[in-house]
Amino acid sequence: MVVKLGVPSKGRLMEKTFEWFSERGVTLSRAGSEREYSGAVEGIEGVELVLLSASEIPRELAAGRIHMGVTGSDLVRDKLASWDSKVIELAPMGFGHADLIIAVPKAWVDVDTLDDLDAAAAAFRARHGFRLRIATKYHHLIREFLKQNGVADYQLVDSQGATEGTVKNLTAEAVADITTTGETLRANHLKILNCDPVHRSQATLFKSRMAHWTDDTRATLVTLKDMLGLGD
Amino acid sequence: MARIEITKAAIKAEAARLKAFFEAQGALPVEMDILLPAEVLLDLYGEDIRARAYMTQDPERGEMMLRPDFTVPVVQEHMSNGAEPARYTYAGEVFRKQEDMPTRANEYVQVGYEVFDGSDPAAADAEVFAHFANVLSDSGLHAATGDIGILKAAVAGLKTTERRREALLRHIWRPRRFRALMTRFSEAGTTLRLQNLERVRANLAQPEAPFIGLRTQTEIDTRIKALEEDAAEPPISASEIELLDDILSLKETLPHVLSQLRDITVDLPAISEAVSLLSRRSEALAKRGVDVENLDFEASYGRTSMEYYDGFVFGFYAEGRPDLPPVATGGRYDALTSVLGQGRSIPAVGGVIRPNVLLSLKGGA
Repeated sequence: MVVKLGVPSKGRLMEKTFEWFSERGVTLSRAGSEREYSGAVEGIEGVELVLLSASEIPRELAAGRIHMGVTGSDLVRDKLASWDSKVIELAPMGFGHADLIIAVPKAWVDVDTLDDLDAAAAAFRARHGFRLRIATKYHHLIREFLKQNGVADYQLVDSQGATEGTVKNLTAEAVADITTTGETLRANHLKILNCDPVHRSQATLFKSRMAHWTDDTRATLVTLKDMLGLGD
Repeated sequence: MARIEITKAAIKAEAARLKAFFEAQGALPVEMDILLPAEVLLDLYGEDIRARAYMTQDPERGEMMLRPDFTVPVVQEHMSNGAEPARYTYAGEVFRKQEDMPTRANEYVQVGYEVFDGSDPAAADAEVFAHFANVLSDSGLHAATGDIGILKAAVAGLKTTERRREALLRHIWRPRRFRALMTRFSEAGTTLRLQNLERVRANLAQPEAPFIGLRTQTEIDTRIKALEEDAAEPPISASEIELLDDILSLKETLPHVLSQLRDITVDLPAISEAVSLLSRRSEALAKRGVDVENLDFEASYGRTSMEYYDGFVFGFYAEGRPDLPPVATGGRYDALTSVLGQGRSIPAVGGVIRPNVLLSLKGGA
């Protein structure tokens, strides 16, 4: 039995993950051609690299099909119900930082806080006959956050990309999305609400609670955690 | 404690027994669709229901929802085809995602009893509660009761602006925001209200941003005006805030609560009608053999879980079993009928029992 380690299959997230492991003596690499989604691991025995889309890693961890995985802490929290019963955070990795925020048109001079958003939503619903729409792909996190803060009269509409454009396109009144610099939001005449982010996300190494662990894989995990500098 | 396997057949038999009991009380048995159009439910309950209900897509009818409760379809059916007064009973599956409590069933049977009879609301409330108490009497359950109408009346009677009263009424079912609003409108919130206004003025002084989206300039102007007026408005008096707090913290047996509410009525006459309804309900309950002297009453009961219950509310619980959902819950939902009826409102009160929970108690657990 080998320990299966899921890592994002492309882009900066993959490169940064490879770097993070290599700084700790574990060399991850993509096998064969650029297009082949399999990898090689050097520096430790008994670990297999599985290259996956970052958005699929939470599901694979929860299903126990991989033992460990690297993905954004936002994705794990949004996609897995009771996430902490299914995975354990082993290490925040210090890159891939992004905040999940709620933003409204900058022209809304009367809206800066969640209080304001709630009041605006009530008036909006009364006037337009439907709930104020917030475009997002983070349904679970945003819903929980707004519920905790007692915001009513809104609805979430699904947006899997180009979320910042939804207000201009009249398919939403506000957005909830991941941002690092806020540049795209500003370019689309949106401003971030004046409150703590819904979630501060970063790339994180997770361990699955659902995967099958044997004496062999447990021993491998101990060695790996040692190399990565993660005490128990 | 060994988990007792309760078969679907046993649950169905128990549901049939409960339904037969309600039929014997004069209720008409009704059947409802399992697959419901999602739009009405989503508009009514918002995102909360999306998190709890199973959605699916129909190529012809659009978004559909697996029945998350019977209340809405029963009200709709009654409003389009029923004649007053009416009493209904039903039994069938409801479907709820259990993200927060994954061990709870996501598919379970509810048996309900609903009364549409405006002739004597206190009597109708008592009738529903008494039937539930009777059919559940040998299970040793604890009954909790409340009345959201008292709090609503207290808010409606505050000596402040219509806008503040409306804001508070809107958040009756969200205690945290209700509390935040109480603070903002009180003496303690005066600075906050001024700050809000200054913030908006600072935004106005900034270079104008292009106007995007459906929310109009008129809506923004209206809100700015509202903030200006609110900042200039005197706070809700400390004594009225205190009275609200007194009401919110009432938790005793019904006769004690009634006597305290009568005291509060002296300073807050606006609740006198709601208190008199509570008093008439108490008499009606006693007349039906309910042990009113020992009936618990909590003014805040039902505020978090039951939006649209706007009067009498009740629940039956297995004591010492916080792992179990309530065996039965119910209440008055005139507000819901008025939303569904687009202005036409029908006085309505009812409740549901979960036969599987009832059986798990009877199984000697």
